[in-house]
Amino acid sequence: MSAKQILKTRIIVGMEIHVQLRTQTKMFCGCGLSFDAPPNSHVCPVCLGHPGTLPVINKQALRFAILAGLAMNCRIASYTKWDRKNYFYPDLPKNYQVSQYDLPICGEGHFDLPSETDPQTIRIRRAHLEEDAGKNIHDTGAHTLVDLNRAGTPLLEIVTEPDIHSAADAYAFCAELHRLVTYIGISDANMQMGQMRFEPNVNVEITHREGLSKTPIAEIKNLNSFRSVKNAIDYEAQRQIAAWEANPGYELGQAANENRGWNDDRGVTEFQRTKEAAHDYRYLPDPDLVPVTISETMMKEIRTDLPELPIARRKRFVSDLQLSSKDAETIVDHRATADLFEDAIEAGGPTDMLSKQMINIWLSLANDRQTDIANLGVSAAGIAELAGITDRGDINKSAAKQIAEAMLSDKQSPRELAKHLGLVQVKDTAATQAWVQQAIDNNAPAVQDVLSNPKKAKAAVGFLRGQVMRISGGQADPKLVGELIEKLLTPKPD
Amino acid sequence: MGEVIDTAALVRSGSSSAADVMDACLKRINSRDKAVNALVSYDEDRARADAARIDKKRADGQTLGKLAGVPVVVKDNICTEFSRTTCGSKILESYVSQFNAFVVDQLIDADAVIVGKANLDEFAMGSSTEFSLHGGTLNPWDTQRVPGGSSGGPAVAVASRMVSASLGSDTGGSIRQPASFCGVVGLKPSYGRVSRYGLVAYGSSLDQIGPFATSVDDAALMLEVIAGHDDRDSTSVNEDVPVYTDALHQPIDGKRVGVCDACFAEGLSDDVRLSVESSIEKMRDAGCEIVPIALPHMKYAIASYYMIAMAEASSNLARFDGVHYGYRAAEPRDLADMYATSRGEGFGAEVKRRIMMGTYALSSGYYDAYYLKALKVRRLIKVDFDAAYQRCDVIALPVAPTTAFAVGEKVEDPLAMYLSDMYTVFANLAGLCAISLPCGFDGSGLPIGWQLMGQPLGESTLLSMAHHYQSMTDYHLQAPELATK
Repeated sequence: MSAKQILKTRIIVGMEIHVQLRTQTKMFCGCGLSFDAPPNSHVCPVCLGHPGTLPVINKQALRFAILAGLAMNCRIASYTKWDRKNYFYPDLPKNYQVSQYDLPICGEGHFDLPSETDPQTIRIRRAHLEEDAGKNIHDTGAHTLVDLNRAGTPLLEIVTEPDIHSAADAYAFCAELHRLVTYIGISDANMQMGQMRFEPNVNVEITHREGLSKTPIAEIKNLNSFRSVKNAIDYEAQRQIAAWEANPGYELGQAANENRGWNDDRGVTEFQRTKEAAHDYRYLPDPDLVPVTISETMMKEIRTDLPELPIARRKRFVSDLQLSSKDAETIVDHRATADLFEDAIEAGGPTDMLSKQMINIWLSLANDRQTDIANLGVSAAGIAELAGITDRGDINKSAAKQIAEAMLSDKQSPRELAKHLGLVQVKDTAATQAWVQQAIDNNAPAVQDVLSNPKKAKAAVGFLRGQVMRISGGQADPKLVGELIEKLLTPKPD
Repeated sequence: MGEVIDTAALVRSGSSSAADVMDACLKRINSRDKAVNALVSYDEDRARADAARIDKKRADGQTLGKLAGVPVVVKDNICTEFSRTTCGSKILESYVSQFNAFVVDQLIDADAVIVGKANLDEFAMGSSTEFSLHGGTLNPWDTQRVPGGSSGGPAVAVASRMVSASLGSDTGGSIRQPASFCGVVGLKPSYGRVSRYGLVAYGSSLDQIGPFATSVDDAALMLEVIAGHDDRDSTSVNEDVPVYTDALHQPIDGKRVGVCDACFAEGLSDDVRLSVESSIEKMRDAGCEIVPIALPHMKYAIASYYMIAMAEASSNLARFDGVHYGYRAAEPRDLADMYATSRGEGFGAEVKRRIMMGTYALSSGYYDAYYLKALKVRRLIKVDFDAAYQRCDVIALPVAPTTAFAVGEKVEDPLAMYLSDMYTVFANLAGLCAISLPCGFDGSGLPIGWQLMGQPLGESTLLSMAHHYQSMTDYHLQAPELATK
């Protein structure tokens, strides 16, 4: 149909993100947080919603919410209150959720998404505190069981304006936000554990022959990876465009907005319910909780807890420390890594070698051990010294990795370890020449290739160099070895 | 002095034993309660054991608390871990709380003995104690009449002298109105003065626990024991509790008693009006200044109150769903049916009426016209009282427009029932403290009460005024015939 000929499409995405806060206790009672504890082992009369109980606000959650708001440039409310969102569900023991309706703790803000080619600003609409529900367990035969360990867990719900226009940008935004909340320490944001969940609201603006159309909005519920955010948005946008082409009534305001789920196995979004059937939540101010006034003093105090944020830090690493933007991104990704890196610079380590070793040695050691650098038990001074002796040529690169591994269990300094392990680089030409000669003597075929087989000469030199390093026990200076092999195997003029 | 004060003094000094006090109390309960149905449960063995423990404590040389050996009952919407807390509802018929309410622990710490739980309108919704799983409570002055409500049980337990003190809860007059109908003293403390932790919520922004007693002195002592800050109640006030039993004796001459003419207009029975007016005259005689005050938004108070209370109730009572505890329908078809049938069978008619009206008021499209409007009126009423208290120290008015009405008289007419709260809801809407004091009898020999309303946290002044009034009268000393059996 020519009337439906599409000239251009633009995806419109706004995100809702739930972040589980890293508090000691639940939002309104003294119960600890848990993930895989036995069912109903982290509960008390308050989070079970027993008659006569009353909630008491978790001050740490309040501070965390303010910290997040500051990090997202939000207007922090000087006066905020709590509201009840009423709906019946077995995992919600009071049959209302304590949340924030019209006076959220964080108001309008913005989040700058850096990109060399296409930097963007995503506006934050609001962020508010609320309590999580428990879990219904349906796969136990005839009964549905209810586990209320999670009931009352503090959540920060962040809502953006519909400022995202591609699945890739949505991915980047979610990843950047994830980095931010872990950076400022308000959440562990472990996505396998459901500590950070994403709900994109997706529709498409279609430019066609007749003008401009918009598709109805679909909210894709409960995504728990950046990849599923990207894939779900990509799929959903295509689905909506196809639906618009096929169905004349499929327009925003005419067809219903809906909730959809993401089926990761099939790679499709699936219809859940239309928003027209949505609940009337009958919000009312919670009379059991007093409104909170946030003073300037409190704000100042919390502001001092705000670290340099990842995006600013990356910029600084590139501009002040001359790191490549890729290296800066890798190091800044985890706050502990970046902190250790900067401490090591402070301790006198050479920046360039430090950044290389942070990535190639320390991060890889941490990854192998499925931990982060902060948990490796090495000091900034140790890291600085290792980079220093590598940079000066006292040890070679492969020796540095060996020493680093030894540092994990041995408290000696890198210099002492180098000596102890016999890894101090030997720069003595005579000694090195003796090792080279030994390698030449023992490897006639390789020597033959170097001298008379141009196709294999380069590989053979490499082989011989490796033999020399082995004979020297790693102490030879690879550069000197190369020079000597070349010198000794250059045909002398007769 | 007062009966509570005297009993505690005797037990503390060893002149009486808690065991003997309890023995006499149980005898009174056993001979009188059948006629009035004030109590929903009591456990003689536990009560005697508690009394014996108090005697042992004294024998061991420990000093006993302010309520040493004093038997008390508490309304059955106040949680106790040692007995059921039914709220007068089928939905909680066999419910035992996992904890004691703050006030219950305070009583126990003061060495009182909680004998049992007292009857109420289901979930404290009512003004006559006729709507209870346990049947209605009757007025000891005339058992054809209601005792008022919703704290009818605690009021009657004291009026018929089964116990000398009890605790009720007051959301819109549920302590003061039954106190007035039964001829005893009933005190509603300022909002936040007493922790609500362990009080099963009706209208959370209005609910407050308070005492019944046969004298102002005893009411003051009871408040002294149950008041105080509680970390578990965010709305509890973090201010020291005055020694109310000392404050009683403050001089009152020169104090200003505010009187609003509108409180004496239509709807008020002549007997009540005359008794209240003569009480105000007594205060003038005692050296108080009587000053006129205006409460311009008074006529909107009942509507505002019921809207707010019902809206909050609709949310507060959502938790009773048959899922986690309490009554569950026998063979539900599915989840929705389990909710509907458990609640449909578990709640009584008045509770359902209020839940439905509250739900309606909060629904989208109606919220602004009903609930939000009610909140705005509440704000204006507060402003009225702030202005009034610029001119006076306490405000005097009736407690209820009539004396106790007949059993069944208003059951079919909810609006008439609601209007019996017209003088009491102000204090709850504005967070004031207020007391109901016996001030006479009508032509049928039924007690009449009058009300003094004080400023938020103004209990000391309020109690001193009430105490002076009491010292000039003997209405509080009158007891119904049942109390002599």
